[in-house]
Amino acid sequence: MPGFDFSNYNRNAALHARGVPLPKATSTGTTIVGCIYDGGVVIAADTRATSGPIVADKNCEKLHYISPQIWCAGAGTAADTEFTTALISSQLELHSLSTGRKPRVVTCMTLLKQHLFRYQGHIGAYLVVAGVDPTGTHLFTVHAHGSTDKLPYVTMGSGSLAAMSVFESKWKPNCTKEEAMSLCSQAIQAGIFNDLGSGSNVDLAVITADKTTLHRGFVKPNERSQKLKNYKFKRGTTAVLNEKIITKDDIGKYVSVHELEATEERMDIDP
Amino acid sequence: MEFTTTGALNEDGIHVDMDRLKKGEVNLGTSIMAVTFKDGVILGADSRTTTGAYIANRVTDKLTRVHDTIWCCRSGSAADTQAVADIVQYQLGLFAMRNGKPPTTQTAAAIFQEICYSNKDRLSAGLIIAGWDGRHGGQVYSIPLGGSLHKQSYAIGGSGSTYIYGYCDAHWKEGMEEQDAVDFVKGALREAIKWDGSSGGVIRMVVLTKDGADRHLYLPDEDYKVRH
Repeated sequence: MPGFDFSNYNRNAALHARGVPLPKATSTGTTIVGCIYDGGVVIAADTRATSGPIVADKNCEKLHYISPQIWCAGAGTAADTEFTTALISSQLELHSLSTGRKPRVVTCMTLLKQHLFRYQGHIGAYLVVAGVDPTGTHLFTVHAHGSTDKLPYVTMGSGSLAAMSVFESKWKPNCTKEEAMSLCSQAIQAGIFNDLGSGSNVDLAVITADKTTLHRGFVKPNERSQKLKNYKFKRGTTAVLNEKIITKDDIGKYVSVHELEATEERMDIDP
Repeated sequence: MEFTTTGALNEDGIHVDMDRLKKGEVNLGTSIMAVTFKDGVILGADSRTTTGAYIANRVTDKLTRVHDTIWCCRSGSAADTQAVADIVQYQLGLFAMRNGKPPTTQTAAAIFQEICYSNKDRLSAGLIIAGWDGRHGGQVYSIPLGGSLHKQSYAIGGSGSTYIYGYCDAHWKEGMEEQDAVDFVKGALREAIKWDGSSGGVIRMVVLTKDGADRHLYLPDEDYKVRH
């Protein structure tokens, strides 16, 4: 029979009904925020990616490029935020080329919400959309089911409650660029320190009418310090009972030996 | 997305659990209403949007423009109602361009009904459509969950509406002056916000007359007394 084979789907459904859990996707238990200021908009994100209780990436990028003056912060399923933003970025570029105009933030938001609504929440992308276009400065949130909100300051992800508490207690209208950057940074740090799903560094992007500045690692409050002790044993700790030296040529008799160029690629391990 | 083990396995081996499908969806646990008065209609709504117990937006605008003097109040799923309103806004814009005249409120309501009824199994949208047109003046239509269409002199909707059926019935008068109608809507929504936990925040209103749309905003800080 041609076409798709659904037998594995039925097997999984039968196993699931008997209590076997289905596999988990890598999720960015995240803190992302955005804040409008006089003359532009700031968005920020933490850099932790998780897969269940495991930290899958300590320094991932959650600030996604859409167009030079439109950027997205993503929470939810990592793969979905990555591919959805890439897809809409591409569509918006083509739209911009065919109309001969700069892309608008509302256009980006509408493309995103219509795409996500079509997939009824199965695409787990929760996004903060921010940017400056010829009509002005804009900031939106887009939920996975396709609903949108327009606000002067927004938070999303598992750390959104911690981040929102910072905005709700410190935000005031007509703030400067520096105030907006500090507020967003503090909001992300509230997520990093108080939410288990968020951690590591603060990434921050400032978008104004004439340029976008991406601050990768704007704050690094979790730098690894030198360990107080190490597990290196002193030479001679273990007694040498006998010694036999085999040269490279000798090994060549038993196995084939290839010379490789030595490339420096160090792993992140204890010194 | 978390996978739970609730729901029964169907006889064909396909597992469908309706409770899981829309988990984590943004909801408009809402108080909305629209009333006719002497010169037109007034739409009113609270501003709370929730995801479970969390308030995702405390200053939401649930009053959505679909044409210059035809607006709707949205309740139920935020995603569903926004999608429906966006489609109707497009349809009415096209209608106006093709016919060279603005659509009537009835036309708008009929388009809303078509979408709500033909997708009734997939949507959770409770809408109230209110508008002013040159031929019929102010009109109010409500489209509840099943997709039926009801022409009413006033309509209330959302989770908060259950608390104000008595209030509205006791205080409603046909053909009120604008200020009396504003006070009626404000008084009713104040009660709905007071008793319904899923409603709250500011009170938003839109007054639709021959002069177009006029927006009102009332804040809880001043006990909803001062218009902004």
